[in-house]
Amino acid sequence: MKIKIEGATIVFNALGYTLITLLALFCLLPFWLIIAGSFTSEVTILQEGFNLFPKVFSLEAYRVVFSTPGQIERAYAVTIGITAVGSFLGLFFVSMAGYVLARKDFVYRNAMSFLIYFTTLFSGGLIPWYIMITKYLHMKDSYLALILPLMIGAWNIILMKNFMKSIPDSIIESAQIDGAGDFLIYWKLVLPLSTPGLATIGLFIALAYWNDWFNAAVFINTDTKFPLQFLLYKILASAEVLRSRIVGNLSLSNMEAPTETLKMAVAVIVTGPIVFLYPFLQKYFVKGLTVGAVKG
Amino acid sequence: MLSLVAYLQLPGHPRFHYDYVAFINRAYGMTRSPGRREIEVKVGAKRGFWYELNKSKVLFLMILPVLLYFLIFNYIPMVGIYYAFTRFDFNGGLFGSPFVGWDNFKFLFQSGTLTQLIKNTVLYNIAFILLGNVLQIVTAVFLSQIPGKVYKRVAQTVMFLPHFISWVLVGAFSYQMFNSDNGVVNTLLKELAHPTYDFYLQPEPWKYIITGFYIWKTLGYGAVIYLAAIMSISDEYYEAARIDGANVFQQIRHITLPLLVPTFVLLILFSLGGILKGQFDLFYQIIGGNGMLYNATDILDTYVFRSLTVNFDIGMGTAAGLFQSFFGFLLVLVVNFIIKKTREDYALF
Repeated sequence: MKIKIEGATIVFNALGYTLITLLALFCLLPFWLIIAGSFTSEVTILQEGFNLFPKVFSLEAYRVVFSTPGQIERAYAVTIGITAVGSFLGLFFVSMAGYVLARKDFVYRNAMSFLIYFTTLFSGGLIPWYIMITKYLHMKDSYLALILPLMIGAWNIILMKNFMKSIPDSIIESAQIDGAGDFLIYWKLVLPLSTPGLATIGLFIALAYWNDWFNAAVFINTDTKFPLQFLLYKILASAEVLRSRIVGNLSLSNMEAPTETLKMAVAVIVTGPIVFLYPFLQKYFVKGLTVGAVKG
Repeated sequence: MLSLVAYLQLPGHPRFHYDYVAFINRAYGMTRSPGRREIEVKVGAKRGFWYELNKSKVLFLMILPVLLYFLIFNYIPMVGIYYAFTRFDFNGGLFGSPFVGWDNFKFLFQSGTLTQLIKNTVLYNIAFILLGNVLQIVTAVFLSQIPGKVYKRVAQTVMFLPHFISWVLVGAFSYQMFNSDNGVVNTLLKELAHPTYDFYLQPEPWKYIITGFYIWKTLGYGAVIYLAAIMSISDEYYEAARIDGANVFQQIRHITLPLLVPTFVLLILFSLGGILKGQFDLFYQIIGGNGMLYNATDILDTYVFRSLTVNFDIGMGTAAGLFQSFFGFLLVLVVNFIIKKTREDYALF
């Protein structure tokens, strides 16, 4: 009897390890291919194509990118800028709204919650939204068009509200008795008590900014205003862009200039930081998760 | 459970992501005990708006920016739905363009465009929902049962990674694997002395490639939902089963899977509510402007995007978008109605 049970467990574990390992490799494979591609020599790619392992190892692509880093540096600055400003402002407004909606003595909180929630159910669609921003708000080709559309999300507000609901009413009531105003209660009491929620939602907002390419695609024309992901998109979409932006600055003829491997190197440089930061971010996410879980 | 689900929320463009996780999140966010709500509303209603405004001036001020934001970016643009009923004229603006009634919709239907778009959007979503959920359940079940803490943590971290990277990089992956001249797949075919395959001329394989990338991007974080559901199953069931001599397979078959059914049904239902919403980023980054592949890969969202940026067909694009938004909304109402009938505490509103 006992042996039979263990036998089944062994079969199960073997199956499990095999499957999970395969799935994990499946998740890693594209990353590996890009990295391997970026370290292959251009000639090999042109003659034989991309391979699972670099046949002829070469740092040429990185040398070219780092010798004329102007455009990529610029895009990094834009992305870091909009991510920092957008996340900070977004977190401020979202947390204020969450606090107000979590206040049980605020009579209109259900009506307002629904007004906010309804925007996720029905919308005018992409085109009226686009026309509003370009024609009436005149934000075409401005950084505002990269920051505002992602700043406040209905779902983030509802989530924030739920985080803040877990703060005991008695804390707020005792502060009111002591004569603290509503904003002061929010600023001095509620915010410090909601750090896990703030971290989680702040990271959601920041990640959305960091990975955004869409708003740049529809609103931005000037290449100095391109954020990272959109620059990568442009470079992937056309070798022309690549040549003029990066290779063009070098005194290389187009024949010698790497293009295919360069695309991969740019992809690595653009994505690298998020992959390295990711394990730490994940930990943060989990922290917010366990603290807030008390609420159920 | 609440914040765990929060952890999984897919950040992205609010207009395009209609993720079922977000949906679940909202489900948790919006549920509350109805009794209490009624009482509070009644107390408020006695006093009137101006009294309340005066009493909680600061609170009103604090939520004002957010209300204005949604007014400007969501509610006022709803007026633009009118474009769907006009032949858009760039000089005329909103009310200067000639009104054509239902003509745009008629054209979209009669030309077969809309039918094709709806078919693609719905079929892709069904493939995503079914394959995605099944793989997520399998992954979660194995992850919950196999020993090895470090292994499991590493595996989970790795599987979660695709969720964090941008869709542009997914486009890069796709390009590097499938491009006709030097993609990885064609390189391997060449090495096997097999004729190469021009992916960018054939619509057929992209159905599987797109589904594959969708699974790739969502597997890890979807699995965590099911993992959480499995973790919430009481250990006592398993202990009792072990004492009765059930092996791992029997435990999974008779305890884990049956107890996952409610979660599964609920997730499927929520996903069905969003079945008209396409994964714009996914399709656009992988297919882009390759018209050869549109038959198999064009969805409502990519069509609307092209109407705006390539064809400048504002009336037609708005009409397709409105169709999607309106019927998507109706679907949500229907799904919510069904859930309310069966499991009231999970209803959205």
